Amino acid sequence: MTWAPAIELDDVHKSFGTTSIIQGVSLAVGTGERHAIIGPNGAGKSTLFNLVSGRLTPTAGRIRLKQRDITGLPPYRINRLGLSRSFQITNMFHRMSVVENVRCALYFAMGYGYAFWRLCPRLRDVHDAADALLERLQLSARRDVPAGLLSYAEQRALEIGMTVAGGADVLLMDEPTAGMSRSETERAVALIHELSENKTLVMVEHDMQVVFDLATQISVLCYGRLIATGTPAQIKADPEVKAAYLGVEAD
Amino acid sequence: MNHGLRLLSVIAVLTLVAVLAAVPHVVSSGFTLSLLNQIGIGVVFALSYNMLLGQSGLLSFGHAVYFGLGGFTALHVLHTITGGDLPLPVPLLPLVGGVMGLVCALALGWVSTRRAGTIFAMITLGVAELVAASSNIIQGYFGGEEGISGDRMSGPVLFGLTMGPQQDVYYVIVVWMLLSAGLMYLITETPLGRMANAVRDNPERAAFVGYNPRTIRFMMFALSGFFAGIAGGLFAINYEIITAEAVGINVSASVLMMAYIGGIGYFFGPVIGAVIYTLLSTVLSAYTEAWMFYFGVFFLIVVLYAPNGISGVLAAHTPVLRAHLMHRLMPAYATALLPTLVLLLGAILLVEINYHLSISGNYDSEMSILGVGFDAASWWPTLAGLAALVVGGALLWRTLPYVGLAWSEVRAELAGEAAP
Repeated sequence: MTWAPAIELDDVHKSFGTTSIIQGVSLAVGTGERHAIIGPNGAGKSTLFNLVSGRLTPTAGRIRLKQRDITGLPPYRINRLGLSRSFQITNMFHRMSVVENVRCALYFAMGYGYAFWRLCPRLRDVHDAADALLERLQLSARRDVPAGLLSYAEQRALEIGMTVAGGADVLLMDEPTAGMSRSETERAVALIHELSENKTLVMVEHDMQVVFDLATQISVLCYGRLIATGTPAQIKADPEVKAAYLGVEAD
Repeated sequence: MNHGLRLLSVIAVLTLVAVLAAVPHVVSSGFTLSLLNQIGIGVVFALSYNMLLGQSGLLSFGHAVYFGLGGFTALHVLHTITGGDLPLPVPLLPLVGGVMGLVCALALGWVSTRRAGTIFAMITLGVAELVAASSNIIQGYFGGEEGISGDRMSGPVLFGLTMGPQQDVYYVIVVWMLLSAGLMYLITETPLGRMANAVRDNPERAAFVGYNPRTIRFMMFALSGFFAGIAGGLFAINYEIITAEAVGINVSASVLMMAYIGGIGYFFGPVIGAVIYTLLSTVLSAYTEAWMFYFGVFFLIVVLYAPNGISGVLAAHTPVLRAHLMHRLMPAYATALLPTLVLLLGAILLVEINYHLSISGNYDSEMSILGVGFDAASWWPTLAGLAALVVGGALLWRTLPYVGLAWSEVRAELAGEAAP
């Protein structure tokens, strides 16, 4: 397979008023890569995600998804082009049941759009797909519980499930294991590994263990600039990265 | 849904239809029939409102616009029918109202639904004021002070309904009510209906699963305008007259209160709200001038102590009933009942005395409540009212913890049963 970019950022800038958060980031993520973005707090990692997923519009620069310019498109258009994201703070339909949350992540992807002439209880394909996904998420037993009442780890699993449900081939995950215990983290990593098979995964992550377990490529973001991109081994050896970020842990 | 449940709901619907069809043969009083007609109109209107508030999380202060414009258009079309220029049977007139409601909601909703939350609420208020103000300017359409009136006994006769007797109107309203309620229920079961809930809960996530939250809001708004217009068309047939009040803020406020009192979290909640509102506004208003005051207090109590509405209170008791534990709650309820009645009596006494005095002054201060006559201006009835208020309030304050205690025991038992 020849290398093709899934996401390309071309000198992207973002400022809020006079505060410059992203100061010229250029990055290409190859199709099928598992790419981690790391960096100290306030480096602009979440902002970068918000720019790529359409939640924010860049002040300058272009963003391309699978070689198509998506700069300034609204989130639902970018989603329909095959990019899906999860959120750092759990972000679901909290009053609806777990299974209905997953179904809501499927309706558009399975072609039902804004239909008000089709009855959901009859959409067998959506039901089967939702049930299969719940099985993989190990949430089948909790299917009828309102999503807002799930335990934290279960909510994070549902969050990941809703991100992959629609079949997007580019996944952005914003700190998928934040706030989890070690054993919960291990389960989440296994889940992400399984569900991102044959897909492009870009994730923001603080937990270095998770980064080195999952990522095939790592980029280091520091004060709105990329200071290094490379394989985990290259990043570990990079002196600038050591100084800026890994320094404390490397000692 | 399993087959047993489906069979049960089919039986329930058929029973409802049978009862509704039998009513005019059993009830002969014109008052009751006209009350039922009002309730039917209110049910359609309140359910249409809940497509916004309950299902899409959109608080509208201007839903009467679509109701009223539907009604006005229906009456204008009725004129054309009476003039012999349009062979449309009058029972189909609500559809005209619905189409008008839909068209207006498409036009005005395009502006309103661009934003949710507070901004949406403010825009609907602005649009409502705009339409109310234009009713003074566009006299031809709104008919000025007298409004628009019509004669429903015209046009081709459908199914033998001449529309003369009130029971003909009743049947038309019942059919449209069942049809509209059924369709609105089915909409909640479609991808659009589900995504409306999703957008209500979390518009951002809805966008990240492929939906434009604005489009969802816009479509729900348009559909709710359609059903509000049907309610307006039914109003036009029932009263044969409509004035600019029908598009006004009071009607918008009433439908909000109907939906909220009934409970916006349940599909059938607004039905209960429409029944209660109509009963209070017609029956209670026959007994007291202060009915609006009582209704306001009732609304406040629901908002403060039963935010899920009457249907929420009922739903909370369903598992208790199912587990045959109602007898555990009843003693506590009974204990709290007497203080509540005393409190109510005191409050009613004070309110009625004040209303009586402010309306008639001291010249005609004789009045009676529950058959007991007294002089409103003398000191003892006020004192009695105050005493009842204080004693009832204090006793209620003391007995409420028992209700709480009974509930926590029942809850514990229910949780124990649910656990394996």
